[in-house]
Amino acid sequence: MDLFEYQGKQFFATFDIPVSPGDVAMTVDDAVAVAERIADYPVVVKAQVQVGGRGKAGGIKLAANADEVREHAGNILGMDIKGHTVHRIWIEHASDIAEEYYASFTLDRSAKKHLGMLSAEGGVEIETVAEENPDAIAKIWIDPVDGLTEDVAREWVAAANLNPDANEGAVDILLKLYTAYVDGDADLVEINPLILTPEGKVHALDAKVTLDANAGFRHDLSEYEATQERDEREQAAHDKDLQYVGLDGTVGVIANGAGLAMSTVDIINQVGGSPANFLDIGGGANADVMAGALEVITGDPNVKSIFINIFGGITKGDEVANGIVQALDRVDITVPMVIRLDGTNAEEGRKIIAEQTGGKVQSKSTMVEAAEAAVELAR
Amino acid sequence: MSIFVDETTKVVYQGLTGSQGRFYGLRNRDYGTQVVAGTNPKKAGTDVDGIPIFASVADAKAETGATVSCVFIPAAGVKSAVMEAAEAGMELVVVITEGVPAHDEAWFFNRVKRDFPGTRILGPNCPGLISPGKANIGITAGEIAKPGGPVGIVSRSGTLTYQALYELKLADIGVTTCVGIGGDPVPGTSFIDCLEAFEADPETKAVMMIGEIGGSAEEEAAEFIKDKMTKPVAAYVAGVTAPPGKKMGHAGAIVSGGKGTAAAKIEALEAAGVRVGQNPTEAGAHMVKIVEELGLS
Repeated sequence: MDLFEYQGKQFFATFDIPVSPGDVAMTVDDAVAVAERIADYPVVVKAQVQVGGRGKAGGIKLAANADEVREHAGNILGMDIKGHTVHRIWIEHASDIAEEYYASFTLDRSAKKHLGMLSAEGGVEIETVAEENPDAIAKIWIDPVDGLTEDVAREWVAAANLNPDANEGAVDILLKLYTAYVDGDADLVEINPLILTPEGKVHALDAKVTLDANAGFRHDLSEYEATQERDEREQAAHDKDLQYVGLDGTVGVIANGAGLAMSTVDIINQVGGSPANFLDIGGGANADVMAGALEVITGDPNVKSIFINIFGGITKGDEVANGIVQALDRVDITVPMVIRLDGTNAEEGRKIIAEQTGGKVQSKSTMVEAAEAAVELAR
Repeated sequence: MSIFVDETTKVVYQGLTGSQGRFYGLRNRDYGTQVVAGTNPKKAGTDVDGIPIFASVADAKAETGATVSCVFIPAAGVKSAVMEAAEAGMELVVVITEGVPAHDEAWFFNRVKRDFPGTRILGPNCPGLISPGKANIGITAGEIAKPGGPVGIVSRSGTLTYQALYELKLADIGVTTCVGIGGDPVPGTSFIDCLEAFEADPETKAVMMIGEIGGSAEEEAAEFIKDKMTKPVAAYVAGVTAPPGKKMGHAGAIVSGGKGTAAAKIEALEAAGVRVGQNPTEAGAHMVKIVEELGLS
């Protein structure tokens, strides 16, 4: 899950990574109070959205006094940045910047090792640097068993050709950032820009952190969970623990397994229809899960038909069928449904569908036939 | 022949006393798999429907001669379960569990590779593997796979693994081994590992490969197919129409920065001579054609 900048900075601070003193605010009055508490103007007022390009959109402003904080906070709160509404702002003491760098750790799936990237060209889109001047990024691959040692960090920093004044501070911050990445179970930690101040201090001016929700049993992620940005349909699905991605079409999709759900979306497109969503009910789906999935799908007014595509492994066909039967009692479903059911206990499942759904659910024997029927019904 | 397992393979189930472990362990035994042991330190000395439970994988191996472990342990315990199996000298550790933290996966992959080179990990978050008529280890429904070769299957997605098996069965084509490698960021066994084993297996005459968006595993597999494989390959890549930047269920299945798209993967595979279907059924049809061309139908 993606963290807001302020959450990322608070996360960094728990690992002793230097960040600017600051706090988050949700109203103009809060913002002024935070600025007065920092009591060290100028301050920066920064929109908190989980999307890049805030600066260009006018979401980052410098304020020399409380009045300017009031003015900027008022403009930025409620602003729309690439479809994200600004509900929170971060106020921090403005830093003097001598140089801007880039630093990150992520998992390189190809190498199956952690990848550290450090660049003397920071403060810009790193994708552009990677494309136009790849040599400007010093990369290291870290075996998770060995971890990042101080010697390796030192060589890495030397290879990145930062200002020599920054080397000691960079080694220190990178070791701490790696600890935060590993101990915090992050998919990504990124500092852009990592700055060198005129006084020779190295400092995280931004924070981009993505945490691995699968590691939730080791960490309390409830605060981050509560502030995740989702659209209405996605939130409803998330509340029911369903893997859901909203799309723009008219055929609602329910499938078990990410691969099959993706494939179902593909097939609907291929037979000339348009999927309304990707929805994976996962493994071991019982009646409650099935009913929940149907509730989410029928909550989308664009949905004109539903294609339920189930190939049972862990998911059992009879449980899916019972789920549909119970869902028909609980949820008012007015759109036609088509099901393709194969795999574990599929025969029992098809029997239940045929006998107990009152003809509301058509069974088809192949994915393509079912997709064609669902697309036809959506017309 | 088959790859990785056969009818002589003895399997210990870590987590056999849990509800999922019990259901699939017993179902695998019913299929004919030699399910010889389960482990649970608190229930050592008991049994699950006649299958003895031992305190550790090492104990189970000493008593039964098991060489393969199948893990049905909740995600929080998978890291230590895999290490226990590797330390006990298991040749293959099949991890069915989904939701294992990526850092745990990366850690035990590298630790096992370095210190236990005789151990292969399959998964996590995979359906397991089936050599039809010989052994079924994991959650695949055995009846959807036809025994007797000539096709090997390797897939990143569980449900699409079943779909691939099913397409071939409908066409009356048998399978040597079907390996579900799982959709997680660091799978213990890769496409290339399986393609290499299928290339070396005399009974496997052709391979069906099911990929998906995200990462670069399919592109790497395409390179391997181009350079090293003599056997024909048919493939399907899921997620052709997936919107970029959205995570489609699998941790691996996300298109970022224009990389990892299905289109790029299909292009790489086709350039390597692979026949790519637009959906699993079409990939199955390609395989039917290949089997005909090989004179095996």
